[in-house]
Amino acid sequence: MSAHEPLGGRILTKPFLAFSALAAIALVILLARFVFGLGAVTHINDGYPWGIWIVIDVMIGTAFGCAGYAIALLVYVLNRGEYHPLVRPAMMAGLFGYTLAGAAVIVDLGRYWQVYTLLLPWYAQFNSVMLEVAWCVMAYIVVLAIEFSPAFLERFGLTDARQKLSKVLFIFIAVGILLPTMHQSSLGTLLVVLGFQLSPLWQTQLLPVLFLVTALLMGFAIVPFEAILASRGFRRPIETRILGKVSGVTALLLAGYLVVRFADLIVRGQLGAAFAANLDAGMFWLENALFVLALVLLARPAYRTNPRMMFVAATVLLVAGSIYRINAYLIGYHPAGGGWNYFPSVTEILVTVGMFSIEILLYLLFVKQLPVLPRGERVTAVQ
Amino acid sequence: MALNRRDFLKVAAAAGAAGAVDTASALQREPKTLPPNAVGMLYDATQCIGCKACVAACKEANHMPPEHDADKSELMWDVPLDLSGKTLNIIKVYQDGNVAQKDREINGYSFVKRHCLHCVDPSCVSACPVSAMTKDPKTGIVEHHKDRCIGCRYCVYACPFAVPKFEYDGPFGQIQKCQFCAHLQAKGQLPACCDVCPTGASLFGLVEDLKKEAQIRLAKKPGESHRFARGKLGGNRPVQEGTIANYQKHLYGEKELGGTQILYLSAVPFEKIGLPTNVPEYGYPAITEGIQHTLYKGMLPPLALLAGLVYLVHRTAGKPDESEETPRKTKAKKEKS
Repeated sequence: MSAHEPLGGRILTKPFLAFSALAAIALVILLARFVFGLGAVTHINDGYPWGIWIVIDVMIGTAFGCAGYAIALLVYVLNRGEYHPLVRPAMMAGLFGYTLAGAAVIVDLGRYWQVYTLLLPWYAQFNSVMLEVAWCVMAYIVVLAIEFSPAFLERFGLTDARQKLSKVLFIFIAVGILLPTMHQSSLGTLLVVLGFQLSPLWQTQLLPVLFLVTALLMGFAIVPFEAILASRGFRRPIETRILGKVSGVTALLLAGYLVVRFADLIVRGQLGAAFAANLDAGMFWLENALFVLALVLLARPAYRTNPRMMFVAATVLLVAGSIYRINAYLIGYHPAGGGWNYFPSVTEILVTVGMFSIEILLYLLFVKQLPVLPRGERVTAVQ
Repeated sequence: MALNRRDFLKVAAAAGAAGAVDTASALQREPKTLPPNAVGMLYDATQCIGCKACVAACKEANHMPPEHDADKSELMWDVPLDLSGKTLNIIKVYQDGNVAQKDREINGYSFVKRHCLHCVDPSCVSACPVSAMTKDPKTGIVEHHKDRCIGCRYCVYACPFAVPKFEYDGPFGQIQKCQFCAHLQAKGQLPACCDVCPTGASLFGLVEDLKKEAQIRLAKKPGESHRFARGKLGGNRPVQEGTIANYQKHLYGEKELGGTQILYLSAVPFEKIGLPTNVPEYGYPAITEGIQHTLYKGMLPPLALLAGLVYLVHRTAGKPDESEETPRKTKAKKEKS
């Protein structure tokens, strides 16, 4: 007996059609990218070789996709079984986030037709952080698909396969916690080699730690964000009590993060850079003001019974984590040689919008057709 | 049970904290050393007359197309503004005030030649996931292999000298950078830029010999005469008699970022001609690879972590039909309704 159920209902709703249109626009632009090249539809250049297709779709998209990682850590390692109803939607968020990030990488690769060389051991360059990220992300997409597959197996009545999978699933769950620990930290390590090109406000050897923790924070934030949106959108009860406890865990982790973030700046003697009159400093304070605001919202016990405030707190935290990534990869990055500028083109932005639209489309389709969301009557209803 | 959950988490947290502390104190791997027969170039900005013969020779030797200005008003001329997917070597100029005198910082100007510096510890080689950037173990030349490159452009992002460039203008672009005319050197010829340089400003040679030559120039007084070799240091071309300029008393590339095989002498400060000076004496890969190798030492720490995770998850969700479905505690803590 599953604790999850498909929502049912019409697929072709107005929002579904609207997001389909956005996805279609993105696909047309991508067609142009493959015919005319990256330069025809993006503003990336030799100073800024990575634009928003990498920084938003991949760096931020996979951090959003850390919902599955964060909840698995909570449920299976810290043994907080009470959070269990959140596992399946979180795994699904992870699966979509990572799969679309993988797709975004492929369209951004300048020589995508040679991407198979990543898998050839005789070309593997084991000092490359990029190689580790690539292997981990590819493996994690497979693991997420396996972790989420019970939803399919249940839906199509494959009880036998479902039971066989159950016996070995714990191994995949464990691997599914290891892999994001490795590659989310490595997304920070990727920046270390930039050296002086990255502002001291972000360049630190603690980048792997900071990226890992912010990925976890964003993963935790996605859970209430998604759950509350779903409850409003589909008029379902909200798992307020559990979500409130997730907020509590998030607040603790966030407090720890801020301590490490500022201690690192002070130890490196770079806090002064935060008081310069430039864009870097401004964005640094915006980023950290949002983290602090999220902490204030999450730390108030009264807000943890209030879905609206939990939603606001989660949104603020997601924006803060996103700005941290944009700052570290684009704003704080000053290409050697100078003289370069980057602001995404309209077509570039539309592709990113389209990528996230596809994610929403898949979400709508999956929750209606597959047993993903927790059964309504089993959870505490808000009232 | 030998190790319970609480203990494991404590150990893991302690290991994490220890790792963090180590990381903060710069756990670098050993610096890389110059290959014994490394070839290189001494570019002496004070000898450069800005004729750009090297730019044209480079294009010809490497079959690179000309670049035109935006309005294509001067199709007769190749007018690159910077290194690009079409230009592997460029002469730039530093200008100040009334630009009255060459090799003077104030009210003066200086030429500078920009292309790959063939680092001793190259960031691009360390960054590339598929070994498309390699450093020759004998000559030390940093070469690019487009046949395996995936076009991720991490090398473009990582290079501290802004050298590798990508061709964004077509569907099948590639990374472009100076490869020190390895194809010509294989035939016993000089790199095109050194071969064509009329004054010896771009001088080819073994890196160790070039360093000695540079020190001789730096040791002399401004105005003293010097016999400037041309083409190849120790070659048989007639030398050029000249005088020593008012050098910055520093050989750029000897130590910067772990050393480079292209060395620079200049009369104006190096940062003015676009070379980063506020840099450590080790290459950045020493830090990145240090972090990675500490975290992934022979893949043992990840495997140990995995073993711990498998154990913990198995305890929580290991029983058939309970995994994924209902961890133990759920039943105990029945939800209130």
